[in-house]
Amino acid sequence: MDFESSERAIAPRREDALPATAAAAVKVVIVGGFGVGKTTLVGSVSEIRPLTTEETMTQAGVGVDDTAGVERKTSTTVAMDFGRISINEELVLYLFGTPGQERFWFLWRGLFEGALGAVVLVDTRRLEVSFDVIGRLEERGVPFVVAVNSFPDAPEHPLEELRSALDLPASVPLVFCDARRRDSSRDVLMTLMRYLHSLAAAPEAS
Amino acid sequence: MSNPGGDWEDGTPERLYVITGGRSGDLEPSHLDLVTLIIAKSGPKPGMQPEHAAIMRMCQTPLSLAEISAYLGLPVSVVTVLLGDLLAAGRVLSRPPVAPAKLPDLALIEAVIDGLRKL
Ligand SMILES: Nc1nc2c(ncn2[C@@H]2O[C@H](COP(=O)(O)OP(=O)(O)OP(=O)(O)O)[C@@H](O)[C@H]2O)c(=O)[nH]1
Ligand SMILES: [Mg+2]
Repeated sequence: MDFESSERAIAPRREDALPATAAAAVKVVIVGGFGVGKTTLVGSVSEIRPLTTEETMTQAGVGVDDTAGVERKTSTTVAMDFGRISINEELVLYLFGTPGQERFWFLWRGLFEGALGAVVLVDTRRLEVSFDVIGRLEERGVPFVVAVNSFPDAPEHPLEELRSALDLPASVPLVFCDARRRDSSRDVLMTLMRYLHSLAAAPEAS
Repeated sequence: MSNPGGDWEDGTPERLYVITGGRSGDLEPSHLDLVTLIIAKSGPKPGMQPEHAAIMRMCQTPLSLAEISAYLGLPVSVVTVLLGDLLAAGRVLSRPPVAPAKLPDLALIEAVIDGLRKL
């Protein structure tokens, strides 16, 4: 859990109100390991201060309850940051930054369903976290791009080296970014949208 | 596998049980997405459960389910149940997200690209 204690807003501020014409929303999911910069990326492009939503996850316990003989269920609360970008008067884009704990990414019901696509944010100091998520996005048919968040103390690798280290197909965009910068984060989203556009324009070529 | 069951704790908070009248969001297949937009048809009505009233108040302009959850400080599954009540009672309207079929619509992606360009 993180303890970044910002006061929780209990109502939208007036300036955060969407126009009444807002007719529909789309979402993009930002995935990546602990501390890779997901919240930073969401915050740098969001028009609202990032908010936190939570979900209660339950999982059947391994043991059996001694007294009642019923299966024990355990639950935990998982938090997820998100931000918002008004695309135009009718369309709103929401960006969800997954929680750091990988095992929750695909347990959160409805997170990837209906998402336009995903950004896999990677830290070159811990590439291994990304293998599993890339595989699972491919499995689920969620289109994604990979953005390398450049930390100053991270070893520098050329993109092509990283591509082979991640075992990433040539067709999947791979870019560097600085999640703290709005323009850089915006460009990552742009890369995803252009990729989605190319997929939609030529569905048979992949 | 590295940390089996590490931060799972027993039980569901009682407060949530009370707010939803004991119903669990897991039971009904939810037709509400995290980014379904909700708009109240009126202000809050006297006698409404406080959480319902709070939703009516904040949804005077469109708000996503995720934002409602964030402002109420309640889990998505609980907010889903509360919104189900308000939808059934005809108190709010929902605007479902644009569902990308298998592949998203070209015009939709172009609209997003145009919007991002203006950032
Ligand atoms: N130098 C540098 N630091 C960054 C960058 N992006 C994020 N950081 C810092 O890295 C730390 C972690 O960033 P977060 O955005 O909280 O990472 P996160 O992925 O949301 O972390 P969890 O939610 O805990 O998994 C923060 O102190 C950021 O200021 C970057 O591009 N460059
Ligand atoms: Mg975070």
